[in-house]
Amino acid sequence: MNDYVVPLCYLAAGGLFIVGLKGITQPKTARRGLQAAELGMLFAIVGTLVNKEIVDFRWIILAFVVGSAIGALMAVFVPMTAMPQRIALSHAFGALAAGLVGTAEYYHRQPEIGAFTMTAITLEVLLGFVTFTGSLMAFGKLHEILPGRPQVYRGQNVVNLATFAVAAAAGVWLITDPSKTFLFPVIAVLAAAFGVMLIIPIGGADMPTVISLLNSYAGLSSVAMGFALDNKALIIAGALDGSAGFLLSVIMCRAMNRSFSNVLFGAFGQADTSAAAAGVVEERPVRSASTEEAAMLLETARSVIIVPGYGLAVAQAQHRIRELADVLIRNGAEVRFAIHPVAGRMPGHMNVLLAEADVPYDQILDMDEINADFAQTDVALVVGANDVTNPAAKTNKDSPIYGMPILDVESARTVMVVKRGMKAGFAGVENELYYQDKTLMIFGDAKKVAEGLVHDLEATVRA
Amino acid sequence: MSTAIESGLYVFLLASFVGFEVIRRVPPLFHTPLMSLTNAVAGISLVGSLVVAGSDRGVVSTLLGTIAVTASTINVVGGFLITDRMLKMFRPRDAAPKGAGPGSAGPSAADWLRARFRRGAAAPASTTVTVPTREVAR
Repeated sequence: MNDYVVPLCYLAAGGLFIVGLKGITQPKTARRGLQAAELGMLFAIVGTLVNKEIVDFRWIILAFVVGSAIGALMAVFVPMTAMPQRIALSHAFGALAAGLVGTAEYYHRQPEIGAFTMTAITLEVLLGFVTFTGSLMAFGKLHEILPGRPQVYRGQNVVNLATFAVAAAAGVWLITDPSKTFLFPVIAVLAAAFGVMLIIPIGGADMPTVISLLNSYAGLSSVAMGFALDNKALIIAGALDGSAGFLLSVIMCRAMNRSFSNVLFGAFGQADTSAAAAGVVEERPVRSASTEEAAMLLETARSVIIVPGYGLAVAQAQHRIRELADVLIRNGAEVRFAIHPVAGRMPGHMNVLLAEADVPYDQILDMDEINADFAQTDVALVVGANDVTNPAAKTNKDSPIYGMPILDVESARTVMVVKRGMKAGFAGVENELYYQDKTLMIFGDAKKVAEGLVHDLEATVRA
Repeated sequence: MSTAIESGLYVFLLASFVGFEVIRRVPPLFHTPLMSLTNAVAGISLVGSLVVAGSDRGVVSTLLGTIAVTASTINVVGGFLITDRMLKMFRPRDAAPKGAGPGSAGPSAADWLRARFRRGAAAPASTTVTVPTREVAR
């Protein structure tokens, strides 16, 4: 009986995972998709638990209880603004599991392991530990335990690649001779070290790409586990995970007009200010405005596009910005939100924050959908976004961000920029937008400014 | 090449293509939920972890397995719950009809939960704007 039940459970799981991902392509079916994936996971777990190999349930139950408690607490109490960290942490957990299972499988089966299985185990452990420490580093950077700026030193790429090469060579040796047990810890330790070294030179604003890439690695380590254990459900789930991560990182790279290798090894956004400092030294005047003045302009605006960026997440200003949008809508203006693909610290970061603040999703538009509309817009209100609005990406061939697709805010009749100070953005480039005649700078914390704008706008409307 | 390896490679190939084609259609709106859903699905490493933890292969195996099961369970439980919490927040314009619908008499359990979640995320809402009770997008 078991010979049928177990494989059918895994088959159902694989199918339901695909159905689940398909569901999330549309708002209407998204939650149904989620339920399908949950059911799939249930099948996979039940299918595994009836496995005859499992004889001792004590530790499993303990781990279930502890894991469920931690998982549920995290799910309930993590604020939406901390979602990037949480995602990074869960990549780390998934990869750790894969690495540990690979380790246990190796010591259980050696010395007689076929070349194919040994390759799968080696890949599983390599990818697992690289992703584990890499994700922990990403978590540290996102949670600001570690410095978010890239840390670089001379010859860094050579050292990193050498580490990886040694780990890979040890892996190949172990595949040819699985009885060389001393090689295994070497591979695991080097992989873990490589994971740390890989993330050190990567800056905060490149995290959307890096998180996606780590997602893909975590998926591939599950695939490798699936090959090692000859389990098709693992292969399917891992392949889905891997392709999701890979696709997202491609989308992120394209949105910055940069290549994978540039993100991983380019140490972008380091003390890149040298060029800017040398070129533009003189203080140029900007037009700065108070919230009252801005509110007066907003009161007459018929159409407003709000451009949120990472600064909105840092200031946790999403609820106040939604209130501002509500007041503007009640005043008769058309209000929309424009999202750049790499705004924030992970793919879709801004969408989740705005959804949390109860902004309807059809009011939120992607760059491609809304860029043409800026020209017919009275006010573009930029909240905590910088590089993604910098016209230098279109005009200045020497700029490091040249060629990056940007939100076309400078076509709007008036541009308002909410910003804490004149500091350059992540790319370390001055934003020409701020010096234009049509631009009003509103200096201050995004949340406080939004509160002020709501207050002053209501006063203006009433008067 | 054994048939197990061969069929495994076929499954990998086809699943990757299906994954690409399906995920390509996920709108940027849902990129974060997509990520947290794939995180939950990656908790499938439970399948391997459970066997290692429960098949009595010695202390080290059991220990490694137990840690792996814990880590995977965090992903499965946490991943699904948080994806659900996120997806509940997305709603279209005019999701709540002006007239009180049958379900909108009082705050639902979801509203209650959301109110709880918010407390941790942001300062108490200001009193300048009263938000009408909104139906959660389903």
